[in-house]
Amino acid sequence: MIVAVASGKGGTGKTTVAASLATIWDGPVLGVDLDVEEPNLNLFLHPVIAGSEMAHMTVPMVEEAKCTYCGACSELCQFKAVSVFNQVILIFPEMCHGCGGCMAICPEKAISPGQRELGEISWGRAGDVGFLSGRLRIGEAMSPPLMRRVKARLDQMLAVTGGDAIIDAPPGVSCPAVNAVMDSDVILLVTEPTPFGVYDFKLAWEAFTPLGKPMGAVINRAGLGNDAIYRFCREKGLPILAEIPYDRAIAEAYSRGRVIAALSPGLEATFVTLRDEIRDLAKPSRSREAAHA
Amino acid sequence: MREIIIISGKGGTGKTSLTGAFAHLAADKIICDLDVDAPDLHLLLQPAKERQEEFYSGHEAVIIGEKCDGCGLCASLCQFGAIKENGAGFVVDPVRCEGCKVCVAFCPTAAIRFPERHCGQWYVSSTRFGPLVHAQLFPGAENSGRLVMVLKQQARELAKARGADLVLCDGAPGIGCPVISSLSGANLAVAVTEPTPSGRHDLERVAALCRHFQTALAVIINKYDLNGDETARIEVFCHDENYPVLARLPHDPLVTKAMVQGLVVTELPESDFSRELGQAWSRIEALAGLGR
Amino acid sequence: MTMIAVTSEGPSLDDLVDPRFGRAAGFVVVDLETMDIQYIDNGQSQVMAQGAGIQAAELVARAGVSCLLTGYVGPKAFKALSAAGIKVGQNLEGLTVRDAVERFKSNQVEIAAAANRPGR
Repeated sequence: MIVAVASGKGGTGKTTVAASLATIWDGPVLGVDLDVEEPNLNLFLHPVIAGSEMAHMTVPMVEEAKCTYCGACSELCQFKAVSVFNQVILIFPEMCHGCGGCMAICPEKAISPGQRELGEISWGRAGDVGFLSGRLRIGEAMSPPLMRRVKARLDQMLAVTGGDAIIDAPPGVSCPAVNAVMDSDVILLVTEPTPFGVYDFKLAWEAFTPLGKPMGAVINRAGLGNDAIYRFCREKGLPILAEIPYDRAIAEAYSRGRVIAALSPGLEATFVTLRDEIRDLAKPSRSREAAHA
Repeated sequence: MREIIIISGKGGTGKTSLTGAFAHLAADKIICDLDVDAPDLHLLLQPAKERQEEFYSGHEAVIIGEKCDGCGLCASLCQFGAIKENGAGFVVDPVRCEGCKVCVAFCPTAAIRFPERHCGQWYVSSTRFGPLVHAQLFPGAENSGRLVMVLKQQARELAKARGADLVLCDGAPGIGCPVISSLSGANLAVAVTEPTPSGRHDLERVAALCRHFQTALAVIINKYDLNGDETARIEVFCHDENYPVLARLPHDPLVTKAMVQGLVVTELPESDFSRELGQAWSRIEALAGLGR
Repeated sequence: MTMIAVTSEGPSLDDLVDPRFGRAAGFVVVDLETMDIQYIDNGQSQVMAQGAGIQAAELVARAGVSCLLTGYVGPKAFKALSAAGIKVGQNLEGLTVRDAVERFKSNQVEIAAAANRPGR
């Protein structure tokens, strides 16, 4: 089972929840950081890194001697990564989305695969918890290509070790966030009961609902703000799987890089219950109805 | 004209709440919410929309069922896994479609349409603090960088037309496309951080991005009293890298209290928080060369 | 025959120079000898997710111009224009297309050595 921990608004406690869940998981589990722009899961899991590699994507490279400047590549490219003028062909590798169209369409086979560095993928272990993370190169504008590579490695790792994975997704509701959650089995939406939290939570709910995956909410800093989030969840039939109280002691522990499930028996129990609720949510709907009958 | 952008790297550090307060404190300005993915500034400013425009960006592939002979070439060429056979025929998953046109170009029966992609809306509104240029990307849509550029362009034109000295922008979290677009043309970036491992780490990444694009950066440490050691580390980092620290703001539920009322924190009765924030704004004005 | 292109907010010599290049409303192409004009609409660029500057360079190159007058050009568009052998005169926003062309004809437009807008 792959659990994606997402949120519309940043800073609602996504990483806190992902790290805590990974720590109390009762079986082989992999903590995966797909927030490649600002990866933070390592700051809480403190993994021992076993290996890392640079991730690249395929971008066009031209053999000018073969090019007849016919312009077919430039006409096809929707991102203007290839441009042809009279007797000059220009490549802008940073513009490339990696569709491979230019290579496929070139009648002279003058375009071959080159590489653009996307960032780094690293993996390791934090005690019983496996760890995998992507880190976007500074200046690289596109995060989905690196995320796709991290997810490919996740599939490989799960094929070997089995078990479950918990994904720390990027904030927001646009393409990087959707990319992070679309291959998961369950989506956990972490929010806080403030006006900003509720507004962004609604956006996230709208963005992820079309994916047709089971979703549940975790309300962090419960007691802060107002009750609009509870009304929204009730209206949409979205289960609230856990609540974490608004407590300065939790904020201080977080600021010291601590996993909050380890703070008190009460918080640990909250996450153990959350884990069981997630498992229940991930079951096919028929058996869930049966269990509740 | 000056352009100031409030950024954070990490989400949830208080960026938007502070931008709202600065919008209250700043004289003559156009306000611009560049966090088009999850915009929240409007919740504080309650804008009255005066203009609404549709935002289109790029294209998406759509297979015309009657024309498709089911050869599957499109699915084998698609690098994004966006085309699947669903039993009744081949279909494009719009969430995965990158809009690259490869399937359209190679389809032997010309069975794939390539319409423009409707990605969201943008608005020019009036608020109690002045004009606001803002947008809403449709949930799940892509390419917020382009929409960020559209908003900045509008805000600049509006500033020029109204003789405003300043465009004050709320940025997006992260360091990717929308943030890169936000930084373009900015005179000063103000990063709001918090004394947590994530806050410091993300500040370092966003600072590196500003260096990469040669944008001047200053820092505000929010919730500084959560962790004195981390605050000290952030201050050392800022000192070493020559980033002015504009303010240290306490961890205070006042910000949420204001938010729940649809107000900014400087509209509440005066507090240590609002006094410190007022001083931070004066420093920002000086750094950005405003009012000269 | 010398042809130049001017980024323009509209189709005539009396429209203002559009400060943008890639996402200019259009290009007024002027034959300097006859002062005949032709207008290339650039509306399509508005929906381009990226690369509008490069596409605009392709458009004006196809029109056969030897020089482009505009407001701001970014580094990728500048590279593309150079590859097409098109010279660039920039910082001309605020003028009408006609005034920009007159300045060019009287050698008052400096040919740029580099882009004047930062890249992203």
